[in-house]
Amino acid sequence: MRRRILPGFGLSLGYALAYLGLVVLLPLAALAWKASAIGPGQLLHLLAAPRTLAALKLSFGGALLAALADGAIGLLVGWVLVRYRFPGRRLLDALVDLPFALPTAVAGIALTALYAPNGWLGRWLEPHGLKIAYAPAGVLVAMVFVGFPFVVRTLQPVLESLESDVEEAATTLGATRAQTFLRVIAPVLLPTLLTGFALALARAVGEYGSVIFIAGNLPMKSEIAPLLIVQQLEEFDYTGAAALGTAMLLVSLLLLLAVTLLQRWSRRWAEVRA
Amino acid sequence: MSAAAAPRGARRWRSRAARAGLVLAALGFMALFLLLPLAAVFAEALRQGARAFLAAIAQPEAGAAIRLTLLVAAIAVPLNLVFGVAAAWAMTRFEFPGKALLGALIDLPFSVSPVIAGLVYVLLFGAQGWFGPWLAAHGLQVIFAVPGLVLATVFVTLPFVARELIPLMQAQGGEEEEAARTLGANGWQMFFRVTLPNIRWALLYGVLLCNARAMGEFGAVSVVSGHIRGLTTTMPLEVEMRYNEYDYVGAFAVASLLALLALVTLAAKSLLEWRYGHEIAARATGARR
Repeated sequence: MRRRILPGFGLSLGYALAYLGLVVLLPLAALAWKASAIGPGQLLHLLAAPRTLAALKLSFGGALLAALADGAIGLLVGWVLVRYRFPGRRLLDALVDLPFALPTAVAGIALTALYAPNGWLGRWLEPHGLKIAYAPAGVLVAMVFVGFPFVVRTLQPVLESLESDVEEAATTLGATRAQTFLRVIAPVLLPTLLTGFALALARAVGEYGSVIFIAGNLPMKSEIAPLLIVQQLEEFDYTGAAALGTAMLLVSLLLLLAVTLLQRWSRRWAEVRA
Repeated sequence: MSAAAAPRGARRWRSRAARAGLVLAALGFMALFLLLPLAAVFAEALRQGARAFLAAIAQPEAGAAIRLTLLVAAIAVPLNLVFGVAAAWAMTRFEFPGKALLGALIDLPFSVSPVIAGLVYVLLFGAQGWFGPWLAAHGLQVIFAVPGLVLATVFVTLPFVARELIPLMQAQGGEEEEAARTLGANGWQMFFRVTLPNIRWALLYGVLLCNARAMGEFGAVSVVSGHIRGLTTTMPLEVEMRYNEYDYVGAFAVASLLALLALVTLAAKSLLEWRYGHEIAARATGARR
């Protein structure tokens, strides 16, 4: 083995580990400890409460739908930004990151102002029976908003590296536009699209600030799981909060694992195609 | 010949129409979904005129919230800056077992709900928490006080600087630093004269993103704050409290300051990408957060 010529291995790694341990691992251990003290039977009993189940269903179901929508919209916007040249493209590109930069509470009250029954958009949608603010649809709108940049920003580098001559070759060989997209472009993009989808999903599942203003927070209807945790904490129900928090963390990690496996499979599929 | 030219012209026209359709759809979505909420913040803040807007910002609670937000960011961002540099140095210049695990742990806060980030500190330092009794016996308060706000903010913004530095330093490699060492530079000379100049723009980029999130964080700080006006309410929490008190102009006035911060962040970010893109390796690293 080569002798280490660069200094600071012990110092940098030791500092990084100690910092991570204190800031991230110790607090998460406190959560795991609290949850394990509850016991599995009681844990399941707490989670099976109808209001808790409804909140978990809304958080995870809504996040899945929102991440799917982000995938479709992100593919469109990423494609347009990389492939086409038009005035204002740079500005549009910078604007993609707005949901990252805008504090979630600000996004929350702004979306509510737009979609409320007397808002700029709500006053046109409401008469058509489209109730968005103070309804589950509002949760979805906020989740799509916060997750949107992930898909665009993960796709962009891959779209840029995609050689358009491969597509031209496919067209020259007689492929239709749809065939070119499905057989040439989609297999290459799919693993990256899944990465963006997973990031948007993880963000939407845990999202709190932008959702609670627009959701209306009706129990059993438009109440998300993180809000339920906050309410339990306000009532000093630390056991219930720890149980729900642990469940959310575990399901999120399982979902991310599933997406990683899906990604591995799609990458192999793309390689077989190539 | 003319028979062959006609379908070709038609195809080109159709391709152009498809292109225009896609561009318009993307533009329409972004105008409706991103620009409109941003415009709504400023429109609502100025709804009752500039005088009401200025009065809402001049209230002492707003000033206290601004000072607290700046204080929390001024502590949390440098902490994560030093961590990011240390973690990136260890991860990119040395081989050691468990490196992939360390990388995953650095990213972990991004997969944890901000509310859970607050919750874990309540379980640790709250009255019923692990260290709660000890803290109470020594007259120290973490939860419902500034230290709790700082800790929760540090947790959610921990990955930003490290995430920017690791891919860049990986790509740069350690040859220049090895050369400096061979020429007799000591560790700190090497760091300040070779490493730091090589990573400065990426570092600034990471700090920019870290700071935007630190100043705008809501969920995590909301759990540990206790919402004590003038003492533990940061700007996003002040927005929430005013909104819940039906003080809409006041809420949107403070929100418009945060929106301005977001716009400045986006402008600085775009400037850095445009001017020093190759030194940040922005696009090569994938998702920006």
